[in-house]
Amino acid sequence: MNESTPPKEERMAALSGLGTSRKRVEDARFTQGKGNYVDDMKMPGMLFGDFVRSPYAHARIKSINTEAALALPGVHAVLTAADLEPLGLHWMPTLAGDKQMVLADGKVLFQGQEVAYVVADDRYIADDGIQAVVVEYEELPVLVDPFKAELDDAPVLREDIADQSEGAHGPRRHPNHIFTWESGDRAATEAVLSEAEVVAEEMIYYHRTHPCPLETCGCVASMDKVNGKLTVWGTFQAPHAVRTVASLISGIAEHNIRIVSPDIGGGFGNKVGVYPGYICAIVASIVTGVPVKWVEDRMDNLMATAFARDYWMHGKISATKEGKITGLWCHTTADHGAFDACADPTKFPAGFMNICTGSYDIPTAYLAVDGIYTNKAPGGVAYRCSFRVTEAAYFIERMIEVLAIKLGMDAADLRVKNFIQKDQFPYQSALGWEYDSGDYHTAWSKALAAVDYEGLRAEQAERLAAFNRGETRKLIGIGLSHFTEIVGAGPVKNCDILGLGMFDSCEIRIHPTGSAIARLGTISQGQGHATTFAQILASEIGIPAEDITLEEGDTDTAPYGLGTYGSRSTPVAGAATAMAGRKIRAKAQMIAAYLLEVHDNDVEWDVDRFVVKGAPERFKTMKEIAFASYSQAIPGVEPGLEAVSYYDPPNMTYPFGAYICVMEIDTDTGTTEIRQFYALDDCGTRINPMIIEGQVHGGLTEALAIALGQEIAYDEQGNVTTGTLMDFFIPTAWETPNYQTDFTETPSPHHPIGAKGVGESPNVGGVPAFSNAVHDAFKSFGLTQSHMPHDHWRIWKIANSLGLHD
Amino acid sequence: MIASAFEYHKPDTVDGVVSLLSKWGDDARVIAGGHSLIPVMKQRMTDISHLIDLGGIAELKGISIDGDKINIGAMTTQHELIASEALAKAAPLIREASLQIADPQVRYLGTIGGNVANGDPANDMPGLMQTLDATYYLTGPGGSREVKARDFYEAAYFTAREDEEILTAISFAKPSGGFAYEKQKRKIGDYATAAAGVMITIEGGKCKAASVALTNLSDTPVYCAAAVDALVGSSLDDATIKTAVKAAVDASDPVADTRGPVDFKKHVAGVIVKKAITSAVARA
Ligand SMILES: Cc1cc2nc3c(=O)[nH]c(=O)nc-3n(C[C@H](O)[C@H](O)[C@H](O)COP(=O)(O)OP(=O)(O)OC[C@H]3O[C@@H](n4cnc5c(N)ncnc54)[C@H](O)[C@@H]3O)c2cc1C
Repeated sequence: MNESTPPKEERMAALSGLGTSRKRVEDARFTQGKGNYVDDMKMPGMLFGDFVRSPYAHARIKSINTEAALALPGVHAVLTAADLEPLGLHWMPTLAGDKQMVLADGKVLFQGQEVAYVVADDRYIADDGIQAVVVEYEELPVLVDPFKAELDDAPVLREDIADQSEGAHGPRRHPNHIFTWESGDRAATEAVLSEAEVVAEEMIYYHRTHPCPLETCGCVASMDKVNGKLTVWGTFQAPHAVRTVASLISGIAEHNIRIVSPDIGGGFGNKVGVYPGYICAIVASIVTGVPVKWVEDRMDNLMATAFARDYWMHGKISATKEGKITGLWCHTTADHGAFDACADPTKFPAGFMNICTGSYDIPTAYLAVDGIYTNKAPGGVAYRCSFRVTEAAYFIERMIEVLAIKLGMDAADLRVKNFIQKDQFPYQSALGWEYDSGDYHTAWSKALAAVDYEGLRAEQAERLAAFNRGETRKLIGIGLSHFTEIVGAGPVKNCDILGLGMFDSCEIRIHPTGSAIARLGTISQGQGHATTFAQILASEIGIPAEDITLEEGDTDTAPYGLGTYGSRSTPVAGAATAMAGRKIRAKAQMIAAYLLEVHDNDVEWDVDRFVVKGAPERFKTMKEIAFASYSQAIPGVEPGLEAVSYYDPPNMTYPFGAYICVMEIDTDTGTTEIRQFYALDDCGTRINPMIIEGQVHGGLTEALAIALGQEIAYDEQGNVTTGTLMDFFIPTAWETPNYQTDFTETPSPHHPIGAKGVGESPNVGGVPAFSNAVHDAFKSFGLTQSHMPHDHWRIWKIANSLGLHD
Repeated sequence: MIASAFEYHKPDTVDGVVSLLSKWGDDARVIAGGHSLIPVMKQRMTDISHLIDLGGIAELKGISIDGDKINIGAMTTQHELIASEALAKAAPLIREASLQIADPQVRYLGTIGGNVANGDPANDMPGLMQTLDATYYLTGPGGSREVKARDFYEAAYFTAREDEEILTAISFAKPSGGFAYEKQKRKIGDYATAAAGVMITIEGGKCKAASVALTNLSDTPVYCAAAVDALVGSSLDDATIKTAVKAAVDASDPVADTRGPVDFKKHVAGVIVKKAITSAVARA
């Protein structure tokens, strides 16, 4: 090192690379209202399209009269299924191998379903047009209970496929049955259960809820008739997949379609699917020759675009008397609504629900999932989780508690007894996954110590005694959760969406003066990609993060990728970024060696430069190398400094964590107060601790909402009763408790930088922690299971049914 | 979620409002803060052709405390009620209740007049006005008149106000003694699962005067006369409070909704009324 070379630590700090709590570069514009969202877009001549929606959950359409609407000044067109049929667009394929009506074709199957599309000068006139469309309905019997779907007198919902005994995922046994999906060894599991010393059995319901992103779904479609190019700006979590699907269903050549995701105001899975609004805006733009915008309002969003969960999970878990788990059995009845529009990899119609053995070494297991049609909105997306992983985590973390009650054991001890041991990784689960790495015992002990678990139990016992003496009406609940996620879908050999392999990509260009631009196949919806991916690159290529621009979401410029959901950006695109960076570095090494007049192998990487081995005063910084690549003729090396990497992950990653919730519960009013929430996350290598903490806070707050009140509820007639934010619970700062975050760091052995992904962990692990706290408070009065959401009246109902009100 | 088209009027006198109301009848509606009216218009649950903004009428705004009498103009916002130190001193119950309405953003616009005239049993101020035994001032084509808050509410959204009348002000006697407004809700910005306003005056160890009223526990706000009868004259012992609470719960008639079933609401009503009485007694 010569005198002009700053010390290594200083040079590393200057990069703001891996491990730095770099401030989010996105925030300057978001906090000043300078984001650019779909609804901010204004284009000359742009029209607005909006839907006539069904007030009924199940009805035949006898007629649609659009005359009065068309007569309104400013209304340009009213599309119905009859108009879309000649184009073959009155139905569209779903991501789950089913098809969905774009506009009601003869009948409606859920409240809020799209019936007709009114195109007008602006959204005000469009709404007037909607009121003027006259639809004559004939009401049909409504099916809201999936357990009644296969009864003799059940109405047949999907007449279009009523006689098809084979669906996208195998045999269908009833017109309202979609698929049966199995995983594991049924016979062996049932044998284990029948011989077990102890078996606990319970029905665990994870209710229907909704991702409800701050920004609703929407798009602007613009067909340029001169050059034949269709551009769609939209709230797309997977813009490239949307382009391919749009090309396949419209017949427009893929190079003539450009999909752009501008700033997205939260997605949480709600923006993965393809919605009638997109198709109708595209058709309307083709018909009218001008751009057409469609943006949902909040009620549309809650009622019609993708919901999440709605899994009835019937579980049996067996163990020895000492508490060693021997087997797990689960049958899930999955309420998919009117169309199977889940967003799962093709071969996984119930997502990765078969991660339901959780953090435990369970030798034998079996899972079956039956998908059922009901008169509810379609969806079933991964709301801030990898595909159905939050359902799986909730199931196993409830079953552990139920088993602990049956065994009379402390639930924390039961977990310790059954955790997969550190030296068992990579661990083959009974349901077919290979867990990459983990150290559950360390995380768990750290968590218990941090909250003084023994002390809490003692305090809880004292409180209970005081309650029984009539001195207080409040109980304490201690909610435990140790979750294991499976994220980063996924290896192309078994993960695809509509046949598209779930790899991802990164393309890097280093500019002559040593700054750079990187483009990825993913798309940030608030996760802070522009901040964190630049940090990965900074560490890989020695260019300060602040000198790296990050771009995503424009299919004309970004490399192909499958988008952002299921915590896949860091595990897949993050890996592609590191790999592309390494390609840059490999070329830079050749250039450096040439400039330093030594052999390639005689230079070595040192933070932001290549130095001659054994002669640290001789070096070339990345900045110098970049300039040389554009300014010098280097024999055998192409000019420029660019790289692209398409990364097919060899495995999923398995983040995990230990969460503990301490809750005060008022048995008279059903109100709750979170006294303490401790969240330890292990997401492998930590790229930006501050962003991790932000993600954990946000995800925990969603988990709190889901566990304590957030639901999409239907009445007997299939009316949505929670369709506004008055009833659909979104916590404000007031309801949000203080979170205590912590971590352990167990890198993924197969990921280039060891990162696993964290954005979804807090939702996955948080829900069982909150819910277990409620259950735990009432455990000594005999409660084993009470379904979420645990809002005031349902908690009151628990207390009431346990005889705690005199 | 977009209202149908309407004509917008902004008169600057009460007479101007009344003449527009007389002219357009059922097709017209006054708008104050708009935080109850606009959501209904956006859902097209009501079709209004003429919207008359009360925001330009200076005489409808303001708080005056005149000896023992407190007068509040209809267009005084909930935020202004909270911010007024004079009012907080004269009638601290108002601030206590107002702080439990919605959130600051709503309270910057929502008015006391709109809240009490709306006729929605979920609104907090009608119940509060029962507690305070307030008087409403109405002006219409035939001049002005007074109606007691306790006589104003007929059924949900039906009040003693005629279509051509507007509410100009409310007034009530400066309260004395202890007070409390207790409310259970699911979250900030929510209407009450159950709420109760209570005032208690104690003299010589006995309850001299009392007032008990409920919010969102029937299709109108409920003044609980039987509960008051039980309290007044008593020494406010546990048994009396229990009787009063039961009387209040008996006077309630809640309906099931997303906040919960009837038995739950009645139970919570009892808890809330008891809390309010206990806290009012402690402050008396
Ligand atoms: C998210 C949210 C949460 C809320 N939470 C609560 C809550 O917890 N508690 C609560 O009490 N309220 C709550 N509100 C309602 C809020 O307090 C309203 O502001 C209030 O109910 C109405 O007052 P306004 O001035 O907005 O009236 P507007 O909405 O303008 O009018 C309401 C009705 O009263 C009529 N009106 C208004 N002024 C007069 C007048 N002077 N004379 C005759 N008629 C008149 C109007 O014609 C209309 O029919 C909430 C509102 C929102 C949006």
